[in-house]
Amino acid sequence: MHTLHRKLLRDLLHLRGQVIAVALVVACGVASFVAMRSTYVSLLSSQQNYYRDYRFADVFVQLKRAPEAAASRLADISNVATVQTRVVMDVILDVPGLAEPAVGRLVSIPGRRSPMLNDLFLRRGRWVEPGTDGEVIASEAFTAANKLDLGGSVQAVINGRWKRLTIVGIALSPEYIYEIRGGGSLFPDNRRFGVLWMDREVLGPVFNMDRAFNDVALTTAPGANLDEVIARVDQALATYGGLGAYAREDQLSHSFISDEIAQNRITSNVVPAIFLGVAAFLVHIVLSRLVKTQRMQVAIVKAFGYSNFMVGLHYLQLAMVSVLGGIALGVAVGWYFGLKLTTLYADFYRFPLLEYKISPMILVQAGLITLAAATLGAVGAVRAAVGLPPAEAMRPEPPARYRLGFFERFRAARSLSPATRMIVRNLERRPVRAAVSIFAICCSVSILVIEFGLMDSLNRMMDIQFRNVQREDVMVILNEPRSFRARAELARLPGVLLSEPFRAVPVRLRFEHHSHRSLILGLEKEHQLRRVLDRQLNDVSVPEDGILLGTKLAELLGVKPGQVVTVEVLEGRRPVRNLMVTGMADEILGLSAYMELGSLNRLMSEQAISGSFLKVDGKEEPTLYSLLKRTPGVGAVAIRQAAVDSFNETIRRSLAVSLTTLIVFASIIAVGIVYNGARIALSERANEMASLRILGFTRREIAVLLLGEQAVLTLLAIPFGYLLGYAVCVYLAARLQTELYRLPVYIKLATYLWSFVIVAVSALFSGWLVRRRLDRLDLVSVLKSREQ
Amino acid sequence: MQASPKVNDHRALSAPASTRPLAQDHDMQNREAVFHMHSISKVYQMGEVQVHALRSVELDLYAGELVVFLGPSGSGKSTLLNIMGALDTPTSGEVTFRDHNLTSAPDNELTRFRREHVGFVFQFYNLIPSLTALENVTLVTEIAEHPMPAEEALKRVGLGDRLHHFPAQLSGGEQQRVAIARAIAKRPDVLLCDEPTGALDFSTGKLVLEVLEQINRELGTTVAVITHNASIGGMADRVIRMRSGEIVEVHHNLKKLAPSELEW
Repeated sequence: MHTLHRKLLRDLLHLRGQVIAVALVVACGVASFVAMRSTYVSLLSSQQNYYRDYRFADVFVQLKRAPEAAASRLADISNVATVQTRVVMDVILDVPGLAEPAVGRLVSIPGRRSPMLNDLFLRRGRWVEPGTDGEVIASEAFTAANKLDLGGSVQAVINGRWKRLTIVGIALSPEYIYEIRGGGSLFPDNRRFGVLWMDREVLGPVFNMDRAFNDVALTTAPGANLDEVIARVDQALATYGGLGAYAREDQLSHSFISDEIAQNRITSNVVPAIFLGVAAFLVHIVLSRLVKTQRMQVAIVKAFGYSNFMVGLHYLQLAMVSVLGGIALGVAVGWYFGLKLTTLYADFYRFPLLEYKISPMILVQAGLITLAAATLGAVGAVRAAVGLPPAEAMRPEPPARYRLGFFERFRAARSLSPATRMIVRNLERRPVRAAVSIFAICCSVSILVIEFGLMDSLNRMMDIQFRNVQREDVMVILNEPRSFRARAELARLPGVLLSEPFRAVPVRLRFEHHSHRSLILGLEKEHQLRRVLDRQLNDVSVPEDGILLGTKLAELLGVKPGQVVTVEVLEGRRPVRNLMVTGMADEILGLSAYMELGSLNRLMSEQAISGSFLKVDGKEEPTLYSLLKRTPGVGAVAIRQAAVDSFNETIRRSLAVSLTTLIVFASIIAVGIVYNGARIALSERANEMASLRILGFTRREIAVLLLGEQAVLTLLAIPFGYLLGYAVCVYLAARLQTELYRLPVYIKLATYLWSFVIVAVSALFSGWLVRRRLDRLDLVSVLKSREQ
Repeated sequence: MQASPKVNDHRALSAPASTRPLAQDHDMQNREAVFHMHSISKVYQMGEVQVHALRSVELDLYAGELVVFLGPSGSGKSTLLNIMGALDTPTSGEVTFRDHNLTSAPDNELTRFRREHVGFVFQFYNLIPSLTALENVTLVTEIAEHPMPAEEALKRVGLGDRLHHFPAQLSGGEQQRVAIARAIAKRPDVLLCDEPTGALDFSTGKLVLEVLEQINRELGTTVAVITHNASIGGMADRVIRMRSGEIVEVHHNLKKLAPSELEW
């Protein structure tokens, strides 16, 4: 072995604590990069392959009813490639073992399997037997959640009659990768919502859709102008009650997955960057200090004739051993976490095969980026090592220069004790190091604030939605608008304490050159189960004339209160009216507009309701549910508590992985910075500390002097971490403002406290590690030693 | 004052008569023995080799005396000073300072002993670079029980006009005087100086010795100085020569020289 290598090994052994700390920070960076990148790539490629292989459509549209002949008019639209007409109906299901009614989405499929858009991936079982009544292929998520298997069955109310649906196959569809019902639900509730595919020849006649359809999916030619196609489709379907076509990006399942993938891409860039930045900084300070303590050795080695290159390489190798160790650990941990994350995703997003793939490219990238960061950190220290002429290097370094610090110019600072001054001056003497340390600890605090804060905000969002806005226990949605008689019937259902009917009308709103699909919710003048609120959670009154818009919708339309919007109703006689915007409501979910029920009925020239919000006596719930399962005309039932539960379940599952990981990550940054900072301070000031011990300072007192510096850095970093964390939350919330939901930024005090506790404990732990060394300080050697 | 009956007979006997332990000097006899060292040995295990740094040393140090320890490197004088300063404990034997037993005290008691009774002056000053001269002294006066004002300590060493200078702005001699001010500000019973002039030139070194002499004279502090500069012995009440871990000669100066009269 080369002698310099032997020195390298011994130096590594001597610096093992710091080497390990740097390696851990590097490992975090590499692990987060590998895990997030590979998950991102796996998700993205799974999505793309799935869409391609199973022909996911480009444009979707729902309508009232159109004869099959109308399909050819769609196919004739230029740039439309393939048209798939379907019958899609939501029905009430009675699922074995589930008290509440579930909602089944019946989707037609050709009786004989043939290539189609949004094709099914048949996981198990078989295709439906053509023309055989009562056979369905069920979605995997639904069957799994309800422990249903092939041969199992559910009861459905179809056109007022019970029908037993037997599961002959279990399948997945690119249309329902994220299987949610829509209409305000954000989290999958696979027990209470499922997709069931049925033979078109069986399904059509039941709903009076024989040789007719009410749903279209189509693909466009490459390079087609989607807006134009959508406009043409709307035109073609206007007479058939078209509800407005929309592109893939507005398709519910797709938009959730795409958001998730986009977020993954950002975090897979930002998080590793923070860690690798911290790692570069640590390599820099550790190596700089080592080079300083080995000044004399460098001089001697150079005097013997070793070249600058050999000396430089020697120190670079020292940094690289720790970094390579970190990379190896990071790849292993990243691989594991990537697998975990992908498994977690496979729980929420149903792909035929969500295969966790880790491409060698990602590993190469991780390695190269990390080595580049470490080299960047090492280069300054290595240059200092090789830069000194031997003769100069053999002289001890001149004593450190101190001066009165900036803070001591203030009168208040003059009463500081010498101990405090030592801390202040040491920090001020190396402002860059102090600033970077503060920034790194600040990042560690903010990682926690962001994670906990987003969780708080999500809870807050659900809290507002389910405690302030949606106060009904059950929402009943009728399968089509019904007269006011239904209103009385709903109110008379068992256990119903209060029933507030509503009318929901699909519309397209236009203002100047903007237009947007939306839903007008008609509420009774006196309504308390569904509230319309402003940002401060005060009630906003629904106008008797005019229309109230959600702020996001108003923003998309560019309209302000007092201005007039054009309302194109997409239902019934499709009236078009101009309405004055009377105000705005700060909605969290969806993009709705509000009108008074009577005024909406006048607009529609009808006396109808779409459903009702019910307040229910808890004891009567089972009776109510079993009755609702059997009530003809009920299209869907949404139970508030079930939505809250599915949210909590979703959070609980996803939290288990991310929370532990982030706490570990944040702690490692804090430990890396504080431990290395304290170790370097100890190395620089061991003599100082030993002299103080000789002068009669206790171990505790010198520990305070030495570690006080790190304590000050940590304490200074914490408020910045809070600010940064809050700012990132605000930024993310703004970015997450989709048309589906808006996240209110709301961070609990407990989040700040926990972030503080986690970082403080990490810092104290690091301090304790160094304190043990401080306690073993060799006092006698100081008397003779020259080095300051 | 005396190195009590022979440490090591053949050496003592072989020493010149004039330097043989004397009957106790009259003015010293009445003084209180502050340090009492009985049969102390110190053995270091250096890898596989045992190094006998001290071999059964017997020594008393009296209140108010100025003692100079002379000897080559490895003679044990530093080990002896470290033991007196409670920085180290003997392998065998007993050390007491007044009623403190330094042989068996736990670490926190040794720390307290140093804090209350001992002032140290090092060869390389060991000042805190981030604190001014005044602050270096106050750092110590803050933890002492009856300190003198830090300014007074600095005036005593002739640095009344350099209070706010940082160590890097002071010459070596000035830094050493700050170190002395720091050591005496807590009014220690004993001032232990390890090669206080080792890093200084002739004239600066003399200046520092003058300060030590003055502290000894004016405050009555017991001062022990380690050096291998034999000339410094001239200013001591007692000169103790050491070699190979043993006291080989104790010499009483009947007439002490002023530091300014020393030559080397």
